[in-house]
Amino acid sequence: MFAEFLQYLFTGITIGATYALIALGFTLIYNASHVINFAQGEFLMIGGMATVSLTAMGVPMVLAIILAVLLAGVLGILLQRFAIAPAKQADVVTLIIITIGASIFIRGLAQLVWGKEYHVMQNFSSDEPIRIFGAVLNSQSLWVLGIGAILVVGLVLFFTRTLIGKAILATSMNKEAARLVGIRTQLVLMLAFLVSAVLGSVAGVVVAPITFTSYDIGIMLGLKGFVAAAIGGLGSGIGAVVGGLLLGVVEAMAAGYISSDYKDAVAFSMILVVLFFMPRGLFGAKVVERV
Amino acid sequence: MLNRFMQMRLRDLVILAVILFALPLFLNNPFYYDLATQMAIIAATVVGLNLLVGFAGQISLGHAGFFGLGAYFTGIMTSNYGWSSVPALVVGAILVGIIAWIVGRPILRLKGHYLSMATLAVGFIIAIILNNERALTGGPDGMPVPAFTVFGWELSPFGSYNLLGMELNGSEAWYLFAAVVLLVAVWLAQNLIDSPIGRALRSVHGSEVAARVVGVDTARYKSLVFVVSAIYASAMGSLYAHFQGFITPAVAGFDFSILFITMVVLGGMGSTMGVILGAVVLKLLPQVLADFQELETVMFGAILMLTMIFMPKGLLPTIQMAVGKRMKKKAGGQA
Repeated sequence: MFAEFLQYLFTGITIGATYALIALGFTLIYNASHVINFAQGEFLMIGGMATVSLTAMGVPMVLAIILAVLLAGVLGILLQRFAIAPAKQADVVTLIIITIGASIFIRGLAQLVWGKEYHVMQNFSSDEPIRIFGAVLNSQSLWVLGIGAILVVGLVLFFTRTLIGKAILATSMNKEAARLVGIRTQLVLMLAFLVSAVLGSVAGVVVAPITFTSYDIGIMLGLKGFVAAAIGGLGSGIGAVVGGLLLGVVEAMAAGYISSDYKDAVAFSMILVVLFFMPRGLFGAKVVERV
Repeated sequence: MLNRFMQMRLRDLVILAVILFALPLFLNNPFYYDLATQMAIIAATVVGLNLLVGFAGQISLGHAGFFGLGAYFTGIMTSNYGWSSVPALVVGAILVGIIAWIVGRPILRLKGHYLSMATLAVGFIIAIILNNERALTGGPDGMPVPAFTVFGWELSPFGSYNLLGMELNGSEAWYLFAAVVLLVAVWLAQNLIDSPIGRALRSVHGSEVAARVVGVDTARYKSLVFVVSAIYASAMGSLYAHFQGFITPAVAGFDFSILFITMVVLGGMGSTMGVILGAVVLKLLPQVLADFQELETVMFGAILMLTMIFMPKGLLPTIQMAVGKRMKKKAGGQA
């Protein structure tokens, strides 16, 4: 009984950590540019797929991962530079459609290069599962949690201790004011997309051995990240992490105790319930609309 | 002023009617008729969605959910319970309207991205239910739907008909039927837009706070138009099910929802003729791109992105603006 619960908890926290990283990527871009980036899931796909194909070519795994993350980072910058920046006057919906177009485009490219098959990625360390109180923990889960935690701590330090991080924060708070004090806001926006892409692709790499990977894996993962970000409150970093973990755990419990067919329905019902009682998510800031 | 407005409405409707009824001159096989019929049904759905997106400024990323509910209600009632098509369509639309009203009230309090999130969630939940209730819906394999029937008269893509002495095959008959449906859908939408309700909606789009200050019950109007657009989707879903003869949960899926909203934005939010153009372009594009085989997805994404970057107002409004500018220039040159 307890072992079962623990098992679902492990599964939930692992996938929840991935959602949290995706949600953080969403939050970063949203804060810097008020764009909801529907191509966020594609960064994960690029991370996983590029690593798999590079290792298959004989590149050592660590190098393959670094190259894959770099590739995603370049893609993030290109996305900002050539798709988002030229359309800055556009409506919210128009920007959403642009990022959807971008995600279809990236997915198309991936399909062209890597085909439509599912790819399996090796665990980073041993395949031997770890047993705790009768529950089984995939060793890769520890990698997901560990790297997730390092990234979150790294982000916090980045935003509170470095000048570049503070420049991003300043731009997200007030773009005009940031420009007046000498921050090059266009550069900052590009940087936000870069960091977001790096976050996404790292999440994609660490979770790939658990979920497998294919050219279209980004759609659902990206949406779950969006759900997590909205549950936490769009724009809130803590919200993204809490929302991601909460979503992962609730989903795993629903799959275990209710029905795995309906686990996604439970995730999407959760967002409705949260928004019903807290229209700005758990940690969302209250915004006053000016007429 | 009012007169001019009426004339413009009538002009759009007449242009649309001329195009719709002249089109058969260029369609020479059933495949094109079927494609045109699909376009007309989808276009009518999008005209309804545009009321919500283009006039009330609210984003729905889950409208295929309502479309799918209508399709499945019709499918289940006509094939399992022997209902006739029209009652199934009407009752389905009423039920979907009630569902939209119930979920709409709390959802429409939300702003911007939270609203898109919530509608996306509703769409997903509907699609998941259709996927999993195998006993009722046939699950992921889908279910067959009988032909459209009114008073024992049957409209099937495989039948043959006689209209005022003209011999029509099933595809042609369906096309004419869908064309009339689209015209009615546009006419109803235009009437709604020009009614006091439409004016209230536009004020919500402009500034919701300002609208509230001058006494517009914004919540009521927003949920009203949400319900109307859901009813459009449901009714068209019912017709789509009859026309296709077979439905799968994909009709309620996220891809379909995205397709609908993309048609609205690409064609031109707030322009009824624009969103119809959007529907035509996005239905036609995959047909054209199919020749490029594996490049299809890449090109589709690229075209979507580029169009939205360079024509953020949408196709038709951008074209109209360009033509208007040129005409003004010409007029200025003569004066």
